[in-house]
Amino acid sequence: MHNKPLTQLADDLVTKRVSSVEVTQYFLSRIEQHGNLNAFITVDPDFSLAQAREADRRIQQGDRPALIGVPVAHKDIFCTKGMLTTCGSRILSNFVSPYDATVVDRLNQNGAVILGKTNMDEFAMGSSNETSYYGPVKNPWDNATVPGGSSGGSAASVAARIAPAATGTDTGGSIRQPAAFCGVTGFKPSYGQVSRYGMVAFASSLDQGGPITRSAEDAALLLNVIAGFDARDSTSVQRQTPDFVADLNGDIQGLRIGLPAQFFGEGLDSKVERVVREALQEYEKLGATLIDIDLPNSDLCVPCYYVLAPSEASSNLARYDGVRYGYRASDYSDLIDMYMKTRAEGFGDEVKRRIMIGTYALSAGYYDAYYLKAQQLRRLIAEDFERAFEQCDVIMGPTTPTTAFAIGAKTDDPIAMYLNDIYTISVNLAGLPGISIPAGLDGNGKPIGLQIIGQYFGDTHVLNAAHRFQMTTDWHQRAPSGVQQ
Amino acid sequence: MFNLNAGCVNLKNRGSNCCIQMALDHQTVINIARLARLHIDESDVDRYVSELSRILDFVEQMNGVDTEDVMPLAHPQEGRLRLRDDIVTETNQRESFQTVAPEQEAGLYLVPKVIE
Repeated sequence: MHNKPLTQLADDLVTKRVSSVEVTQYFLSRIEQHGNLNAFITVDPDFSLAQAREADRRIQQGDRPALIGVPVAHKDIFCTKGMLTTCGSRILSNFVSPYDATVVDRLNQNGAVILGKTNMDEFAMGSSNETSYYGPVKNPWDNATVPGGSSGGSAASVAARIAPAATGTDTGGSIRQPAAFCGVTGFKPSYGQVSRYGMVAFASSLDQGGPITRSAEDAALLLNVIAGFDARDSTSVQRQTPDFVADLNGDIQGLRIGLPAQFFGEGLDSKVERVVREALQEYEKLGATLIDIDLPNSDLCVPCYYVLAPSEASSNLARYDGVRYGYRASDYSDLIDMYMKTRAEGFGDEVKRRIMIGTYALSAGYYDAYYLKAQQLRRLIAEDFERAFEQCDVIMGPTTPTTAFAIGAKTDDPIAMYLNDIYTISVNLAGLPGISIPAGLDGNGKPIGLQIIGQYFGDTHVLNAAHRFQMTTDWHQRAPSGVQQ
Repeated sequence: MFNLNAGCVNLKNRGSNCCIQMALDHQTVINIARLARLHIDESDVDRYVSELSRILDFVEQMNGVDTEDVMPLAHPQEGRLRLRDDIVTETNQRESFQTVAPEQEAGLYLVPKVIE
């Protein structure tokens, strides 16, 4: 059952070949079986099975929305009414949201079952899942390596087939990078495509939710439910939501694929490059044309991001004060001391580092040198993409410079960790859609991701290109050893 | 914006032989932590000085690009933010919101005494 595509699982459910209670129980037992991965922060079988029984009841009554009865795991950044939402942090370790995020609400309305809440880097700040208060997640392909981050638990659970599909969020690569490391499909929609309501804020001008699945087709199925205008998110874009599933099958004959010179330069592992070039050859066979393009300010995207994202974070995370919800220190002398101790005990090292950097960058005398300067660079980076898209329809390249690294290898060097996202960050700065799809394995059997970037609100073109590749290759069907059978 | 007071090294005055010079000093880190409402132990200040300085040195690559007449870009959808009608859309959920508060009483959030 765990190797079935989401589309088939959904079909089996509506045709009553299997019940939602059976499917949910099956995946709950797989989660338990693979508990060593530490992919979940919260699993609540009673909660999930109650939803499954309700789904079965709706199916019996002939009420059959798209994902009725299908279990979906949520990154623990999405608020779920009645189930813990920790965001991987001690400061939210006791937080039960009084409301559902729009993404969760829409999936619930469509009959999906919440399978649990997946582990993640604390407040989505990290590229390895090692900053989580709940401990690191192991990569199912090699338990000594990281799954990537920050949506590490979601990517690992889809890779290990302990969740049929999962949600994630991507601020600088947090869906695409773990998808690449775990050999699954991770899609970051255009900024404004998926509602951020109820999604714990990290850097509001960059954060975007999206699906982590085994294929582009599964991603499209989820997007048809979660995407679209939401009045409760002021950055939600008001425009016709496409039918992501129907648009998968477009012809890619003549598709112009831009290859940025900067994505194939120094720092790119040769095995990753070889696999990505082979994938590009596959696209040529499918009738696409490869065009060399230039994104001249690419090397500045990481420094630019590490001013903007911490600045926004320092402002967003000011709300954790131990007054209205979440953790409160037990020992303090006065109100200010309570704030300071609560935050010192509630946040982990990386989160504190970023709050400090952001506070500094926004402070008087430094605002222009850091924050404003980074915003000016952000425009140059966005304009590079605009110019590139005059020559091509989509942009392709590696998702990450290397395959998954060892647990602990980069925890002492924040900058080495930041450089993991060198190919993904610019996409968030410009607000564009991007996907990582499995493109092959390195010599040690570790997955490698191909990144496809589209124009603003060209989400369906990205998914279409990904789907076409998955029609003629089987990399997305590969599973880590030990989870096959 | 807040003022960090004295004690900071002025970026523009830093020479080219500054590779071992820290971008931040001890007192600046303490000031930032106070602004950010983060308690840090005195023994951790030096670690912050060195970690944060490395990050600031790294982001200084930004200065290699001339952005003189470039308009800052704050957001992918600049200028397109939507306004909604000024009508009540939310119901009062005070009770449900307060059930998750660390300390509350009679509909109020409790904090340490601020006025004697």
